[in-house]
Amino acid sequence: MILRNSAGKQASRTLRFITLEIPDESIGDKSLILFRTPKDIEGTALLSHAKMLDPDDQWLYLPALKRIKRISSRNKSGPFVGSEFAFEDFTASELNKFRYTYIREELCEKLVCDVIERIPLYENSGYQKQIAWVDNSTYQLRKIEFYDRKGSFLKQLILEDYRLYNQKYWRPHRLKMKNIQTKKSSDLVYGQYKFKVGLIDSDFVKGRLSKLR
Amino acid sequence: MKLILYTQIFRIFLVWMLFVAPLSSAAIDRPLDISGNISLQLRGFTQDALWLHQNTSDAELSVSSELEIRWRSNDNNQRISFIPFARWDENDKKRSHFDLREAFWAYQSGDMEILLGVNKVFWGVTESAHIIDIINQTDLVESIDQESKLGQPMVSLAFQKDWGLLDLYLLPYFRERNFSGKSGRFRGQYAINFDNSKYQSSRKRKNLDFAIRYSHFFGGVDLGIYYFDGTSRDPRGATGASNSDLVLHYDQIEQIGFDIQYTRSSWLWKLESFYRDGYSDAIFGSVAGVEYTFYQIFNGTSDIGVLLEYQYDDRSSSETATTADNDIFVGSRWTSNNMNDGSFLAGIIVDKKTSESFYSVEAKTRLSENFSLALEVKIMTNSQIGETSFTQSHDDYVELQINHFF
Repeated sequence: MILRNSAGKQASRTLRFITLEIPDESIGDKSLILFRTPKDIEGTALLSHAKMLDPDDQWLYLPALKRIKRISSRNKSGPFVGSEFAFEDFTASELNKFRYTYIREELCEKLVCDVIERIPLYENSGYQKQIAWVDNSTYQLRKIEFYDRKGSFLKQLILEDYRLYNQKYWRPHRLKMKNIQTKKSSDLVYGQYKFKVGLIDSDFVKGRLSKLR
Repeated sequence: MKLILYTQIFRIFLVWMLFVAPLSSAAIDRPLDISGNISLQLRGFTQDALWLHQNTSDAELSVSSELEIRWRSNDNNQRISFIPFARWDENDKKRSHFDLREAFWAYQSGDMEILLGVNKVFWGVTESAHIIDIINQTDLVESIDQESKLGQPMVSLAFQKDWGLLDLYLLPYFRERNFSGKSGRFRGQYAINFDNSKYQSSRKRKNLDFAIRYSHFFGGVDLGIYYFDGTSRDPRGATGASNSDLVLHYDQIEQIGFDIQYTRSSWLWKLESFYRDGYSDAIFGSVAGVEYTFYQIFNGTSDIGVLLEYQYDDRSSSETATTADNDIFVGSRWTSNNMNDGSFLAGIIVDKKTSESFYSVEAKTRLSENFSLALEVKIMTNSQIGETSFTQSHDDYVELQINHFF
């Protein structure tokens, strides 16, 4: 992830995302985020059990003390590792976390997109609403506009470089988040995804946090 | 003279950073991972040393380094960790020390993991004291906050089940606590006689200690409970035959401890307690508190957390000394949540009976991708002669540390 402030100063973060997607749409996914750089936070890990409308369960692993700490997940709108992505931008991809309204169809670059308004149903979101552009041939999310609690335009996310995995799963590899109000931006650039790597429920328990490396 | 020495050390530090450190690099998913850090630490003391033989200098320079070598097998079932640590200190020979923080091999099969070797284990939930953390010995020369630990040799078995995590530990070799030497700060009137420690167990350091712990979570409640049978990590000090040095006594104890945290919205409610049976009367100790966080204050990115904790311990004066017997801790933590991950933690611990107060400030910021800077200030006031901490009442300090990560 590349972070840029309004003066153009850059910093980078290297992270590894491990996710257990749960097909049942009423149960949230489980995820692990491992921090690799900057080196002073190397080994830090965040475990999340996403819920639909209840607060997520989250644990943070602090490698210097080897301490596993249950943390509050109330801070949904807070910045993730100092970036323009909020915590909720990662955990709120579940279908049932929003109420949807179809707005219109319009051209988005060479594609035709459905424009959809989605309103967070979970508590403590930093957003009043989001407007999403989904192309209506492959159903890939192309762009999201985020509006803050007052309804002002806050951030814009562009999703690019979709690649196909296992002839089945399309995933974007470049997510460009721009804060309209502060002029800061963050690019999340993914390497290779790996699917069906044999992860199970017990890989996503707090006791595993101290055994990740 | 001192300035020349400092310049020399700074030069060595620079050479290390420029030529040695760049040899390692971050890589994702590599089976062998080598990293580490080197830190330059400067402490300034605000008062003259109190005791005879303590170094009279009011500044103390120190360099420490930790190398982390980790390996993981391709099938992910085996891992090896090797983490040597070393510190050099200009004033105190005892603070210059070496330790293996980790040196283990672990093998996972299904829901079980076995680990052989030296490792570090942390138990607890509170912030102002870690009274139930017992597996590892405290590396007290590192910092008086007791958060640095010595590597503990062990055979451990972990069973991860639907109903929680069960950990078993066999600890075949005991590590004595590290204390400042004769010339060092942070010590009592009598220097410790390190060659003459007394053990209740006839097997001395080779007593086989044992621990079992169960931990799990139920909704917003995280819970851990353990039983420990073995050598107390807390030594009792008694003046030796010559009446000029201190001999340490390591008793056999049995201890039950638990930690519980209830997490709801911005609140963390914490409690940890232990019950220890050993040398004289049984001891009950407890730390209870709350942590509340105000997120994104002033519509910015930073957070402010407020901490309040009460420390209680009913031990008699014949036992190991503790300062956390009837004290209140109030603290606040600010985190910037920006590019530099700056943080600032200020706290005060006040003894309810004696009004003795201990002030602490810790600030930290990242300077660049591989450098960070930390500032620490620890001050004690209202210390009375005869109280446990009086012996260190002249050791207020300001510490500046620059860390390089590679």
